[in-house]
Amino acid sequence: MLSTWTTTRRAMLAALAAAPLAFGSVQAAAESVLRIVPHADLKNLDPIWTTAYITRNHGYMVYDTLFAQDESLNVHPQMVGDWSVSDDSLVYSFTLRDGLMWHDGDPVTAADCVASIERWGKRDGMGQKLMDFTAELKAVDDKTFSLTLKEPYGLVLDSLGKISSNTPFMMKKEHAETDAFKQVPEVVGSGPFRFVKDEWVPGSKVVYAKNTDYVPRSEPASGAAGGKVVHFDRVEWIYIPDPATAMNALINGEVDLWETPAVDMVPLLEQSEAVDLAVIDPLGTQGWLRPNHLHPPFDNPKARQALLYAVNQAEYLQAIVGDPKLYKECAAYFICGTPNESDVGVEALQSHDKDMARQLLAEAGYKGEKIILMQSTDIPVLNNAALVTAQVLRDIGMDVEVQAMDWSTLTSRRAEKKSPADGGWNIFHTYATGADATSPIANIGVSGGGVERAWFGWPTDEMTEELRDAFAREPDAAKKKEIIDKLQGRLFDHLVPYVNYGQWFQPVAWRTGLKGVLVSPVPFFWNISN
Amino acid sequence: MYAYIIRRLLATLPVMAVVGIAVFLLLHLTPGDPAVVIAGDYARPEDIEKIRESLGLNKPLYVQFFSWAGAVLSGDLGTSIFSNLPVSRLIEQRLEPTLALATATIIFAILVAVPMGVIAAWKAGTLTDRTIMVFAVLGFSVPVFVIGYAMMWLFSITLGWFPVQGYKPIGDGFLPFLRSITLPTVALGIIYVALIARITRASMLEVLTEDYMRTARAKGLDNNALLIRHALRNASVPIVTIIGIGIALLIGGVVVTESVFNIPGLGRLTIDAVLRRDYPIIQGVILIFSGAYVLVNLAIDLSYTVLDPRIRY
Repeated sequence: MLSTWTTTRRAMLAALAAAPLAFGSVQAAAESVLRIVPHADLKNLDPIWTTAYITRNHGYMVYDTLFAQDESLNVHPQMVGDWSVSDDSLVYSFTLRDGLMWHDGDPVTAADCVASIERWGKRDGMGQKLMDFTAELKAVDDKTFSLTLKEPYGLVLDSLGKISSNTPFMMKKEHAETDAFKQVPEVVGSGPFRFVKDEWVPGSKVVYAKNTDYVPRSEPASGAAGGKVVHFDRVEWIYIPDPATAMNALINGEVDLWETPAVDMVPLLEQSEAVDLAVIDPLGTQGWLRPNHLHPPFDNPKARQALLYAVNQAEYLQAIVGDPKLYKECAAYFICGTPNESDVGVEALQSHDKDMARQLLAEAGYKGEKIILMQSTDIPVLNNAALVTAQVLRDIGMDVEVQAMDWSTLTSRRAEKKSPADGGWNIFHTYATGADATSPIANIGVSGGGVERAWFGWPTDEMTEELRDAFAREPDAAKKKEIIDKLQGRLFDHLVPYVNYGQWFQPVAWRTGLKGVLVSPVPFFWNISN
Repeated sequence: MYAYIIRRLLATLPVMAVVGIAVFLLLHLTPGDPAVVIAGDYARPEDIEKIRESLGLNKPLYVQFFSWAGAVLSGDLGTSIFSNLPVSRLIEQRLEPTLALATATIIFAILVAVPMGVIAAWKAGTLTDRTIMVFAVLGFSVPVFVIGYAMMWLFSITLGWFPVQGYKPIGDGFLPFLRSITLPTVALGIIYVALIARITRASMLEVLTEDYMRTARAKGLDNNALLIRHALRNASVPIVTIIGIGIALLIGGVVVTESVFNIPGLGRLTIDAVLRRDYPIIQGVILIFSGAYVLVNLAIDLSYTVLDPRIRY
């Protein structure tokens, strides 16, 4: 029989042994962890397969790019060490820099890059355009590959350094050879972080570990360019869909950075001494009111111009953002504050002349037909924009039927080309990040390719397409700007592919003391330190 | 008895089959297309079509149904369209938080509500009774998210006793688990406390006026024995029934709580899947939920035989 002392001693030892279990493991305390609340849940892992921004951001964690844009959108080499172009501007040669390794330990080769560019070129708009101009893309040796063009093309480096979706991330050849319409089987990148798949809980948590083998460039980090120096052992993305909970978690120190604070939470965050707030994406977001060009009344240019005269950006921005510090009235199609900003043709959108709008509608032959306005109720910005538009259209004498639906339903319905009376539509709203709207090639909304090639709403205009092609071919910056002016004039005076209902800026919030958050349209988690 | 249990278990199969067919048809006939979500806002129609083809979404509906049903019968719930992970793994990841929250909530509700209901009935018509009933009405009336945010402000932000959000698995230690589950349990539990307390009070009031209670009182039994051994035992069938309904309601009720306290449970998994039309996840989770409903009902029915010896199957 055991003595009382022995029993007590054993009980104490057992309790001590169990203590770490009861109070939680302390092992994790040794690792430095940066906890992020991302803007969305990471649902899939292949940034070429989908254009979702969250997957693009995941791509920047684990993959690397050949070229990258700095905070002023200038393109710099990233994985590329040296590059050259022939005198006739037809042959580009790229040599990879030293020290590039995949996460499984294999060296990055030119053949990997060729396969990656080819796969990206099947999915991305700018990639497709680049491939249209490409005669040959081949690996010359392990570290060098060449791209031969059919004719000079002014956007080779802009395409390879494209900052937003689909970003041309480099993948291992065996993965890059996956059908572009299927997901790659696993995540093996060469970027500054490794994806920890075992700890991935879709809808809740994504874990990245510092890639200790990564060799950053020597230049200081700027936007997506420069040295990607990582200061934390782990980065965890903790998805918190409820904005109030995310705000409380940040104030309470349970997370370090909240990527997209809800605009109505901003005043509360500003009052907190534990939190800093800043706009890190100077390009912001542009709102699009998209009319359907296939059916009356918006098949008539005058009816589309009536929308320009009726829309007052300030009304929309007040309804969707509220705080004037976070928005800007900007009529330019290719984003204010960029080299492609133009003021040609903006007068109609800045006039707020509803009498003129009514007159143009009458000239377009509008006789009170019902206008089907699709309203996405699950995205607050789009919900509010639709409500403003409904009132604006009623003010100019249109008969509006607002049809409420969730975004998933809207994205299916907008593909319908049938007349509004038969299940089609007249208007819906969306928005594009500035990074996706600055270039006439990347900005899919301004395509005038009609039913075959244009985006939903199907604007059709040969002259617009000729000007976009001319922009793509032109290598000279000054001449490019002249083309932008002509193109924007055409968009305002005739095509009106969409009505820009304003530009707004998403602040980012982080714990006071965090340093090195980079200015960029994409959030990056290297360069950040305590 | 055993024959009854086997009959009831066999009866779950057609129920789950009907649920499976109904859910499959509802999902596929509802507007929305996962291929569009995958392709993104700027995809061209031909790209969307190629993605639909690669996912098999362009096949006739009956082909898709039999393919899914065949896989389910062989124990395979399919693969998420988006994450490419098996649905069974996603459910497994989310099962513990939901089960922990639901179990803690129902235990909390029973431990608080039954004594409250008994005391209210015992002190019927007094200030104590009215106070308890005012609490019950409030419990019904105040939404879970309001209670959740209020508790978060007081106990997390102001006092710092509990984390604002997140879930710690029990494997990470009992105290971290308890800290993570306390506020959600109380927030979610209040409505069930209100529900069960009201039914307990009503049921007890009925029993307390019975002749045998007067006889027991005349025999000189003390209040504890009278209330617990005699009155509560005889009032227990409706109470257990409402607890069973409460458990069934909890399956849906955890969704809001999981969102407010950022608990990665089955409720949020379902909502996220519905919003992006991830059909295999929705079908798998609803199938599991329907099985759970049937089993909970069976357990409640069987518990009657323990509580009331007159009931036999």
